[in-house]
Amino acid sequence: MTTIASDNPFSAAEQDTLAALAGAVIPASVEYGVPGADDAEIVADILATARPHYEAVRAGLGFQDTVATAAYGAPFAELSAADRADFVERSNTYGGFDDIEWEFDPGAIAGQRTLISIILQCYYRDDRVMQSLEMEPRPPFPQGFEVEQGDWSLLEPVKQRGKIYRPA
Amino acid sequence: MTESVDVLIVGAGASGAAVAWSLAETRMRIVCLEQGDWMNPAEYPSSGRDWESRAFSDMSISPNRRKRETDYPVNDANSPISVANFNAVGGSTILYAGHFPRFHPSDFRVKTLDGVADDWPIDYDRLEPFYAENDRMMGVSGLGGDPAYPPKQAVMPPVPLGKSGATIARGFNKMGWHWWPSDTAIATAQYDGRDQCINLGACSSGCAQGAKASTDITYWPHAVRAGVEVRTRCRVREITVNADGMASGVVYYDRDGVEQFQAAEVVIVACNGVGTPRLLLNSTSGAFPNGLANSSGLVGKNLMFHPYASIQGIFDEPLDGYRGPGVCIWSQEFYETDLDRGFVRGYTYEINRGRGPVATAATGMFSGRIPWGAGHHERYRELFNRIAGMVGICEDLPEEHNTVTLDPELTDGHGIPAPKIDYTLSENSRRMLDHAVAKATEVLTAAGAVDVITEAPIGVGGWHLMGTARMGTDPERSVVNEWGRAHDVKNLFIVDGSIFVTSAGVNPTRTIQALALYVADSMKRRLANLFD
Repeated sequence: MTTIASDNPFSAAEQDTLAALAGAVIPASVEYGVPGADDAEIVADILATARPHYEAVRAGLGFQDTVATAAYGAPFAELSAADRADFVERSNTYGGFDDIEWEFDPGAIAGQRTLISIILQCYYRDDRVMQSLEMEPRPPFPQGFEVEQGDWSLLEPVKQRGKIYRPA
Repeated sequence: MTESVDVLIVGAGASGAAVAWSLAETRMRIVCLEQGDWMNPAEYPSSGRDWESRAFSDMSISPNRRKRETDYPVNDANSPISVANFNAVGGSTILYAGHFPRFHPSDFRVKTLDGVADDWPIDYDRLEPFYAENDRMMGVSGLGGDPAYPPKQAVMPPVPLGKSGATIARGFNKMGWHWWPSDTAIATAQYDGRDQCINLGACSSGCAQGAKASTDITYWPHAVRAGVEVRTRCRVREITVNADGMASGVVYYDRDGVEQFQAAEVVIVACNGVGTPRLLLNSTSGAFPNGLANSSGLVGKNLMFHPYASIQGIFDEPLDGYRGPGVCIWSQEFYETDLDRGFVRGYTYEINRGRGPVATAATGMFSGRIPWGAGHHERYRELFNRIAGMVGICEDLPEEHNTVTLDPELTDGHGIPAPKIDYTLSENSRRMLDHAVAKATEVLTAAGAVDVITEAPIGVGGWHLMGTARMGTDPERSVVNEWGRAHDVKNLFIVDGSIFVTSAGVNPTRTIQALALYVADSMKRRLANLFD
């Protein structure tokens, strides 16, 4: 289980679900030399970032567990590796959970979207991940970035076409 | 009660800043009340590693998500497009992209030319000097000679074309369609105390470099030096009237939440197309039981957004990605009416350079293109720095059933009734969106895109708020006259997007500001008999 700051509002079970989900969505990769989103530093960032969105994220975690329980008989964090892999596979398939019964709750679905969004926000600002993408691990300001001017001669055919606005 | 002022402006955004600066030369006592704060650019998101995240929280375009103390909630549940704004000195120019097109001459004559909506009571030629004046004040970058416009001069060179702009421009050239470097409110050289753009790529979360022309760093420093007073954290509840039916001042809550009254000889409302009708409808009295300046019944009606279509291509070569201003070129190939397309009026394509690492992941995952699990990384890398595309900004025609009213229950932090939006996408807009998606898909494919991601309308895309206190010469069909004065209240003026008669198919800020300068000029010319 991940160690979390004491002011974190999420219960231990919610934290477990969150870390398990993060790792399922973005697993570590040896090929690309990156951690998974269940890396302790990243999970801590996720939990801190999720704090202002607690209600939505909590609803999203609940939705995750609801679907997992309906499909496999256990909350997401308690699924076996095989069930978790199957869950991921079904999540990637349109209608992958159509065979199970669960109550449609737009708030919970919106919460899951918020939760996934926060996982992405925290993962893709991690130093190790940014470096693997050949980005400098820094904010945009104050150094900024270089952008090439580009080939302005591309405008020639547009100029040759002449006026296109309508007289009024 | 405080001392009476000559001119009281409500709202310090795009139009409030312009009108304040223009009137300052009169040496009248001018006060502007703004519910937000002065922003500190050093605290803008691009200064931190969480720069993309903050677009989802305290720097979100949605007041309902942002929930700053300085915001008011908006009930937009009954609209497929939700309201975007920002409340601060600078208003929504703090978060806008800086895409800065003018209206076309034809946009002021839609009834005459196309038989829809109404003509404006003014035309392009009347506004042109004020467009030019505003261009100098805001510092517009671009390139003269655009065949989609009458001649106009840019103040600075255009933002870079870059890999993304060049790639998509080649697509337009293959199709034989118009494109041109966008006019932008982004300084490409040092200008009027502002530094030049260094391609931070986070324009829509506030420009830490100060290159983007938000009015807190363009008009306001000049206006304040000329003697205009800006009072921040002052939320206006209502405009009051005297026994003669003239505006007498405003009731507002100061930064301590204490109710105040500010008397004024002239009141100018500059609160945007949602905030302005909200304020007028909250300003009821015996003389104006249905809201101030509302004898026509049109305050809050004819709300226009610009329905936006997003069409993003995935390319198999690296593009600009997160680097550089989001805007680079535009196309107005489908701007002027051609009924063979199945709709009246038209739209602009605003070409987007790319997106950051988080936005890339979100776009990929929420569109089903990046999977959960082991395949995530490989697919992500096929999209990272390889997405570029455009949005289609569709002209929205005025319809009286699209409204801003007062919510019967929802209020802001001061207990002032919040605005409620009721809006339906018209069939004409739907067809225009479909056309924009189809044609953009063609051009992106021609440019080499291997896949295209679309969304239409963009649900969060209510950036442009217009038409809810329209201008005109007929008091029964308009709220303000042809120079911005309320028909019903001769010392009340409106200068924001509320007074638009039609929306055109372009971002409105440049026209909002030109109108504000025009109204200010009209006032200055009539100072001796302003209330006649």
